[in-house]
Amino acid sequence: MKAFLILEDGTVFEGTSIGSTREVISEIVFNTSMTGYLEVLTDPSYAGQAVCMTYPLIGNYGITPDMESARSWVDGYIVRELSRIPSNFRCEGTIQDFLKEQDVPGIAGIDTRALTKILRDKGTMNGMITTNENYNLDEIIPRLKEYTVGDVVSKVTCQEKSVIKANECKSVYPEGQGMMGATASAGGNIKPENRGKNYKVALMDFGAKGNIASSLSQRGCEVTIFPAHASAEEILAMNPDGIMLSNGPGDPETNVDIIEEIKKLYASDVPIFAICLGHQLMAIANGCPTHKLKYGHRGGNHPVKDLATGRVYISSQNHGYVVDTDKLDPSVAVPAFVNVNDGTNEGLKYVGKNIFTVQFHPEACPGPLDSGYLFDRFINMMGGEN
Amino acid sequence: MPRDLSIKKVLVIGSGPIVIGQAAEFDYAGTQACRSLKEEGVEVVLVNSNPATIMTDKDIADEVYIEPLTVEVLKKIILKEKPDSVLPTLGGQAGLNLGMELDECGFLEENGVRLIGTTAETIFRAEDRQGFKDAMEKIHEPVAASLVVHNIEDGIKFTNTIGYPVVLRPAYTLGGSGGGIAHNEEELVEILTNGLRLSRVHEVLVERCIAGWKEIEYEVMRDAAGNCITVCNMENIDPVGVHTGDSIVVAPSQTLGDKEYQMLRSSALNIISELGITGGCNVQYALHPDTFEYCVIEVNPRVSRSSALASKATGYPIAKVAAKIALGYTLDEIKNAITGKTYASFEPMLDYCVVKIPRLPFDKFITAKRTLTTQMKATGEVMSICNNFEGALMKAIRSLEQHVDSLMSYGFNEYSDAELEAALDVVDDRRIYLIAECLRRGMSYEHIHERTMIDIWFIDKIAILVEMEQKLQNEELTVETLKEAKRLEFPDTVIAKLTGKSVEEVKKMRYDNGIVAAFKMVDTCAAEFAAETPYYYSVFGSVNEAEQTKDKKKILVLGSGPIRIGQGIEFDYCSVHSTWAFAKEGYETIIVNNNPETVSTDFDIADKLYFEPLTDEDVESIVDIEKPDGAVVQFGGQTAIKLTEALKRMGVPILGTKAEDVDAAEDRELFDKILEETKIPRASGGTVYTAEEAKEVANRIGYPVLVRPSYVLGGQGMQIAFNDDEIEEFIGIINQIAQDHPILVDKYLQGKEIEVDAVCDGTDILIPGIMEHIERTGVHSGDSISVYPAHTIGDDIKAKIADYTARLAKALHVKGMINIQFIVMDGEVYVIEVNPRSSRTVPYISKVTGIPIVDLATKVIIGSTIRELGYEPGLQPEADYIAIKMPVFSFEKLRGAEISMGPEMKSTGECLGIGKTFNEALYKAFLGAGVNVTKYKQMIMTVADKDKPEAVGVAKRFADLGYKIYATRSTAKYLQEHGIDALWVNKISQESPNVMDLILGHKIDLVIDIPTTGHGDKSRDGFLIRRNAIETGVYCITAMDTANALATALETQLDNITLIDIAKVDNR
Repeated sequence: MKAFLILEDGTVFEGTSIGSTREVISEIVFNTSMTGYLEVLTDPSYAGQAVCMTYPLIGNYGITPDMESARSWVDGYIVRELSRIPSNFRCEGTIQDFLKEQDVPGIAGIDTRALTKILRDKGTMNGMITTNENYNLDEIIPRLKEYTVGDVVSKVTCQEKSVIKANECKSVYPEGQGMMGATASAGGNIKPENRGKNYKVALMDFGAKGNIASSLSQRGCEVTIFPAHASAEEILAMNPDGIMLSNGPGDPETNVDIIEEIKKLYASDVPIFAICLGHQLMAIANGCPTHKLKYGHRGGNHPVKDLATGRVYISSQNHGYVVDTDKLDPSVAVPAFVNVNDGTNEGLKYVGKNIFTVQFHPEACPGPLDSGYLFDRFINMMGGEN
Repeated sequence: MPRDLSIKKVLVIGSGPIVIGQAAEFDYAGTQACRSLKEEGVEVVLVNSNPATIMTDKDIADEVYIEPLTVEVLKKIILKEKPDSVLPTLGGQAGLNLGMELDECGFLEENGVRLIGTTAETIFRAEDRQGFKDAMEKIHEPVAASLVVHNIEDGIKFTNTIGYPVVLRPAYTLGGSGGGIAHNEEELVEILTNGLRLSRVHEVLVERCIAGWKEIEYEVMRDAAGNCITVCNMENIDPVGVHTGDSIVVAPSQTLGDKEYQMLRSSALNIISELGITGGCNVQYALHPDTFEYCVIEVNPRVSRSSALASKATGYPIAKVAAKIALGYTLDEIKNAITGKTYASFEPMLDYCVVKIPRLPFDKFITAKRTLTTQMKATGEVMSICNNFEGALMKAIRSLEQHVDSLMSYGFNEYSDAELEAALDVVDDRRIYLIAECLRRGMSYEHIHERTMIDIWFIDKIAILVEMEQKLQNEELTVETLKEAKRLEFPDTVIAKLTGKSVEEVKKMRYDNGIVAAFKMVDTCAAEFAAETPYYYSVFGSVNEAEQTKDKKKILVLGSGPIRIGQGIEFDYCSVHSTWAFAKEGYETIIVNNNPETVSTDFDIADKLYFEPLTDEDVESIVDIEKPDGAVVQFGGQTAIKLTEALKRMGVPILGTKAEDVDAAEDRELFDKILEETKIPRASGGTVYTAEEAKEVANRIGYPVLVRPSYVLGGQGMQIAFNDDEIEEFIGIINQIAQDHPILVDKYLQGKEIEVDAVCDGTDILIPGIMEHIERTGVHSGDSISVYPAHTIGDDIKAKIADYTARLAKALHVKGMINIQFIVMDGEVYVIEVNPRSSRTVPYISKVTGIPIVDLATKVIIGSTIRELGYEPGLQPEADYIAIKMPVFSFEKLRGAEISMGPEMKSTGECLGIGKTFNEALYKAFLGAGVNVTKYKQMIMTVADKDKPEAVGVAKRFADLGYKIYATRSTAKYLQEHGIDALWVNKISQESPNVMDLILGHKIDLVIDIPTTGHGDKSRDGFLIRRNAIETGVYCITAMDTANALATALETQLDNITLIDIAKVDNR
């Protein structure tokens, strides 16, 4: 069946329908990762957005047990080509079936590079995926312009508190093979005195990717996952050794209530580590606003520089907004990481506090495992290291 | 970290002659790195024995030494030039080994010179088998169970503990030479014996066989601050067991999930960090197809063939960045030259798919074993880019120029089902075509996978192509089907063949329906950032991105495709220099080529680069977009020449010599007419199409005759026939290689062979120099030792040659380059052949005369005259030194290949010997070619009866040099009768100890085996002696003149060798 992608600037791409045939309006963004399409589909941070994969061959290894949450969150899916068959030893199904089961509307067979160039040049914009051949641009474009992502955190966060025990999560990789410890799962940089402490971590779920809790559990933490709207009092009542603020979707400034709770967490002196949306919310809670990037950073190849050491790490990224460090009060927080490509902020260290936040994704999935050591650092923070 | 300012003068070590396993990729890497160093104000001293390279140009380095790559020579250069640093990581394994040796002997430290790029310790830990194993164990990186052995017994003992099959990998050898897989003790002993001998340190790694696992490679960069990135990963379609150089490779990996991808990526970063490599590095993995288990196969702590491929596949200039890192920069300080915005500390993201296919030499060596193993056999490779895998594969197939344009090739359709089934066991270069036929017969993916271990994802892609073939064949061609076939990159020729339409009809249907190629940019970042470097590939069904520039006059330079025997790096040299010359004259330059190993396909050589197959249709798509003002075909070898007709049809003017005149030189009748007009003699002969006609001509002019197809390079299919039976045989072989053009039969004249390259502006002619071959006619010019200036012919003959050259160039209306081969016999000069284009000897003669021939030819093509360019026409003054070009062969890599020299070219590369005297130059030429025959001073001679009188002189010279000479009965008898103390040894068929035992006993340095006829006897004995000699590392000579030349070199006692800085040469 034919499908159409209509952009708010009037551009129309004709392709083939994949997944659900229902019509959808969403914000169109592109992701440059060459692997990890399933992790992208199931990353709650994509709620309210339709994702275009710039890599043209998608679905090659099918659906593997690598979902970052229980379901797909993208509004729509845009690809050049879906593989006719999947091939992988862990493959449990095809991406075609997955998109249908998850009711994700999508379009294949379009010139994704041309689409990406439009988004790059004109900035992220809204669009519609439809199978209706008799679409009327005059009617559709005003509707596209009206669309906003809205309060998606409430949509993606968990409803109830839950607990993941220490070491309940296991790495998919065989033990003892390679130095995975230094990067992903085993915690090679955790100080000996901080090992086996079963630190209690409160994870605020703004749309957390599964590997955040898993990375902590694998490092011996007991992780209590709180819904996004949990109060600071409720969180602090469990007496956590550390608080983890997760990634999540949407415009950070809209999360007014959550920001108020974060202010209280800031004041609590419990060590805090925050990723992506969590990082932005902590900044806003401390008076530093965010702004929207022209087309965001979404992919697995972004270089970030640790300003303390000068070392550059390749990071996994997925964000449309960025902390406006021009408006940062240096007595509150100082930049800790910067993006080598465009100089935007990638992390903050809070002055006089045991709080550390990053814009990129040390939990990877998809993407490089280079910054997994930051979870080790969080554990050392809980051990008293500032 | 900013640049280390204490680095002011750097010695860069090149990789030497092109051999299998070490090809043009190092010229590409070296050239890019040298330019990068010079950009930083560093003075570059370059040493490389290979004169055909671009890196040895004075434009690239400040001081250039085309000298043998030995420790002694390097020491002399260091003492003379006093560099502060040596960069050994750009010259492949050869360069790395030399850097190590210079360091190990303490010479560098004594002279205050340091190794940059990487330390000796790092090289040791990456290259030494045990050192590597220890390093990997330390960081828990798995390697296959293995043991380094120094003798056969230990090998057998260890294998018995881990079980057969085992892989054998000799340490410090090129392209895995001498390695292999042993399935039983007999094979183990055979391969191990050979491997121990080939290894510089007599070391072979015996390893658990992981054949059948996925083979994955990562290209990694690291700076001195410890930052590291991966440039790209690549997946071999052929699983572990086939050398990666012989595998079809796809980038990025296609069948790895993010978990596998990141696991191996992390491992690669951990390895480069642990080894402390600064610069580029290649890590090869075997990944279990059904688990996360992996093994590190090997690490190359330097730029490599894979890094060249990765650079071209992603646009990330690895060698350039590696050079900057060597100077102290960190990755985040180096700009990404492609985007001009981002930095080198990022990872390229591809939004397309890249396929590389090796170019294997089995069309040249029809007797060679076609099987692919862990020992590399390919001479070159092609790369193609498309946004789908099927399209990339189809484009790569036709880029190979092997008369194959689809998967319906190599006659597998004639196989019975049982034969197909059996053929699945054979791992050779035809496997994808075989799989295609299996799929046509309905064989299941699973079955094919079980037999070949090729991932079913790739099998499905082949199936998609097969289904399209069937659709085209069985259904009416609709616009939709045509669109889809083009998306899969079916060329019009194949669509026409399958649908029964003419190519013109298919083409018209395409254009009528707007089904035309669009061009997309390789930008390192999947369109995330705007790119500045126009590097394009074609796709169908997409939006075109190639900008139609109009400001300047536009020239299309056609490259020479994959490196193959007969058409090597020399033509890339010519294409690149021509491009530079056009740019200097204010032209916009466009290069079309498909070889990832070359300088011409570097991103900043031309204004625009189209990475495309060099076929009529692919070039026409580019012409449609670019509308060039002209094309130049005379620099890209036969590949470019073959496109002349098509370009004319497209309305693109061919600059320089006209197509009709090119034809006149190839067409027998037209050329005879020109010779008549110019009164220049040639050997008598005729043009034929059939064996009957050939025999008629041969009998009329008398045997022996030279039989050859027209319009080929490197003498492909050329043979000397001594009788009617041989004519039958040779014509049969020629007709197998799809001959559209007539066959030439000429009287074979045995004389001195002379070669000339010249530039003609239509009026005047410039001859930089005359080259004379050491071997008499009958040995292909590319395989002959060539001497400049010609050393045995008189001035009268030289004048005659200059005169003939001028007359021929004018008669053929040459504008640009011309290459002529002559025979000098009994004071008369005969023409053998004329090529109105650039030739193999152009880089060599340019360098040794200091005359930039390609630059001059290019300027002449666009209207300058030789006088205007500041040159006095005619034969230029001779140099006051002698420069000798020595062919280099790769026979040891090609099991079963016939090594005897003849009219068909067999060498893969060349090196140069340059000296004050003929003897010194010859000595250096043999040294540069790696000929070492003085270990045991024992040799074997077997000579045909007619050559025996001449053999006496040769034998005497070797006997005087202290050689013990063994010979089979008749040769021994003859030599003894003539006063040579030769030892009689039994023939192979006779009882032991015989000649074969002698060779296999590793006590022989040299075999001189002059076959019965000019083309090599086919007797089993001679062939076996030559093959076994080659495979056990014994130097083997098959022409008497070569034997004499070697004796001369050995007789030469040199107190001090001359060093000549080629960059300063000016004979005027």
